[in-house]
Amino acid sequence: MTTNDQKSGAQMVMEAFLREGVSTIFGVPGGANLPLYDVLPEYYPQIKHYLVKHEQSAAHAADAYARVTGKAGVCFGTSGPGATNLVTGIANAYMDSIPLVCVTGQVILALLGRDGFQEADIQGITIPITKHSELVLDVNDIPRVMQEAFHIATTGRPGPVLVDIPRDVFQKKGDFYWSDKVELRGYRVQTMPDPNEVAKAAELIERSEKPVLISGHGVIIAHAYDEIRELAEKGNMPVITTLLGIGGFPGTHPLYMGMPGMHGMYWNNIAISEADLVIGAGMRFDDRVTGRLKDFAPKADIIHIDIDPAEIGKNVRPAATLLGDAKISLQELNKLVVRKERPDWFSWLDEVRRDHPSITIRETDEVLPQFVIQKIYEATNGDCYVVTGVGQHQMWAAQYFWYDKPRSFITSGGLGTMGFEVPAAMGAQVAAPNDTVWSICGDGGFQMTLQELATIAEYEWPIKFAIMNNGTLGMVRQWQELFYEENTVATPLKNPDFVKLAEAFGILGLRAERKGEVESVIQQAMDHDGPVVIDFKVKYDENVFPMVPPGASLGETIDLPAHEPEKVAAG
Amino acid sequence: MTDVRKLRPHTIIALVEDRPGVLNRIASKWRQRGFNIESLAVGHSEKVGLSRMTFVVDANVDANQVVRQLDKLVDVVDIRDISDQDIVSREMAMIKVRTDKTNRGQIIEIAELFQAEVVDVAPDAIILEATGREAKIDSLLRLLEDYEIIELCRTGKVAMLRGSAVSHPEPSEDEQYDRYPGQHTW
Repeated sequence: MTTNDQKSGAQMVMEAFLREGVSTIFGVPGGANLPLYDVLPEYYPQIKHYLVKHEQSAAHAADAYARVTGKAGVCFGTSGPGATNLVTGIANAYMDSIPLVCVTGQVILALLGRDGFQEADIQGITIPITKHSELVLDVNDIPRVMQEAFHIATTGRPGPVLVDIPRDVFQKKGDFYWSDKVELRGYRVQTMPDPNEVAKAAELIERSEKPVLISGHGVIIAHAYDEIRELAEKGNMPVITTLLGIGGFPGTHPLYMGMPGMHGMYWNNIAISEADLVIGAGMRFDDRVTGRLKDFAPKADIIHIDIDPAEIGKNVRPAATLLGDAKISLQELNKLVVRKERPDWFSWLDEVRRDHPSITIRETDEVLPQFVIQKIYEATNGDCYVVTGVGQHQMWAAQYFWYDKPRSFITSGGLGTMGFEVPAAMGAQVAAPNDTVWSICGDGGFQMTLQELATIAEYEWPIKFAIMNNGTLGMVRQWQELFYEENTVATPLKNPDFVKLAEAFGILGLRAERKGEVESVIQQAMDHDGPVVIDFKVKYDENVFPMVPPGASLGETIDLPAHEPEKVAAG
Repeated sequence: MTDVRKLRPHTIIALVEDRPGVLNRIASKWRQRGFNIESLAVGHSEKVGLSRMTFVVDANVDANQVVRQLDKLVDVVDIRDISDQDIVSREMAMIKVRTDKTNRGQIIEIAELFQAEVVDVAPDAIILEATGREAKIDSLLRLLEDYEIIELCRTGKVAMLRGSAVSHPEPSEDEQYDRYPGQHTW
């Protein structure tokens, strides 16, 4: 497609969006990106802009939008503080391989590098946390740079790309052009794995008596859901999903075993330690998954499927390496994999599962956060999007909810960004306007980004916020209890009245303090058309189990402590 | 953990886009790991618009992983660690030494032994230009330690593979592709 007419730099950015299929932008205007906002109405309604209250939210919302749709998320910020406010969101997207295109305004060319008002070297600042970044000095470069930005962000291992444009470059005019092909001699992606390695992998699978298949985020990114399922069923292997891999394989499938690692299921960590073959598909053997690295899967050969050459051999030495796109790699592998019965392995797994009920919810008088999450699952039948923040509630949302639909669990994995839960829920709701979005929040994280309740009220997004209000920074408190002799410094929270707070924003606020109220409050929230904030008063000192202590191996996983009968208070 | 931190110099060559910010990106990756760049030489390559870099980095066994991360940078067209390969490497140094009429002859004699050129002579100083492998320049400097070295500047090593082997081969056509094939939504 080639067009040829004079456009301003700002118009060129928008024209590029049209050609890249962008329909949604999250952002905040300011002096340096005003020219861009000036032309927004010309592109409405094909492209809709959502004004958020803080740029961090723009980046997180765009991030969650990308996670739900599989398309690049787009966000705007102005120069200086606008741009630096995006930084956390960009780093979050970088760690979780999320395609993001961030367009920031910059001071005018004449002021660059002279400490102009609201100047920050955002390209320099974001070098370590972007897949690529550009400072555009010539208006005629904008179409090429924008096209490259989308290409780089969405291909290979996806990631955020930042395009920084000085205000006067937005205003200058030039010829708009659009080419069919992006030519970047320094950017190549290998999608087709080496056939020899595929054959080797198939042989390892055939020989294996005790295999486990770990499905990661890459499987979701590559839309390889059918392929991973075929591999699991054909090869007859138990499937573990990493935190970000949740939903890539159906959560209610008989072969599904849940999450591994620090707060993974006990049986998974033991299975990995006993396995003779570990297949990692689209995952990077992160330290939260492996535990102490030198004791990870000590008896196993490893097959690593990943598109990023820098991940191969980074943490583990694979016996077979499928460097390529997860979908293509799994398709190639599936051609060679034959079914094998492994009755001993599966009966051993069943036994471990029976003896170690990692996720049983015990009878208590107080409201347990796990109980709340289970009730949300029951009330929704799992048919909703679940967004979380970071910490205990996040782990419980991963453990006590079964995700059958790919891309339905939206969480900050690599960077572990508290406060993700509010803006990410907005992005998810915009991406899936007809679906229910539940945001499982921590009382700490919620207060990092709760200003967005104003945005949610304005756009009437019917998000259901479930605050697991335990009055403490729970995961940090858990570490203090277990590893710092219960020295709970700076973790107790003096919280506001979340119900009144919601009402101040014009949002329905609900509260559940007793177990008996939980289900009815969830139902009330679901029956309400608009957004809801629910304050679940949950047990203060509940810990997340199972747990691999920091520095320990998976074999040393501490399972849920034995169920001691709790003292039940009257009433 | 000691063996992980054991550092040794790695000679790394890279073909990069000749534009602002490239050096910043590369340096940033080494800095993140706490590896020091010992020397760095940059200049035009045989290909238009591409610069050739040679850098020596004090890095541990993990250098290879950093090289692969650097290879992912869009502006880095090709990069490789050639420490263990058959290479020709050269470095140039200019050395300003304090002299007077009593020791000038001795210094020039040392220079000749190392085929270093005298590029400037003043009544109280002399500038030598030496080219060669790092080790040769190191030994020249050791001999000159008996005199007063006023100033020293070294270019850092430049290196290439011996014989007709191309240090940065062209990628084959089948490595290229357009869009992420898994992304049906596009």
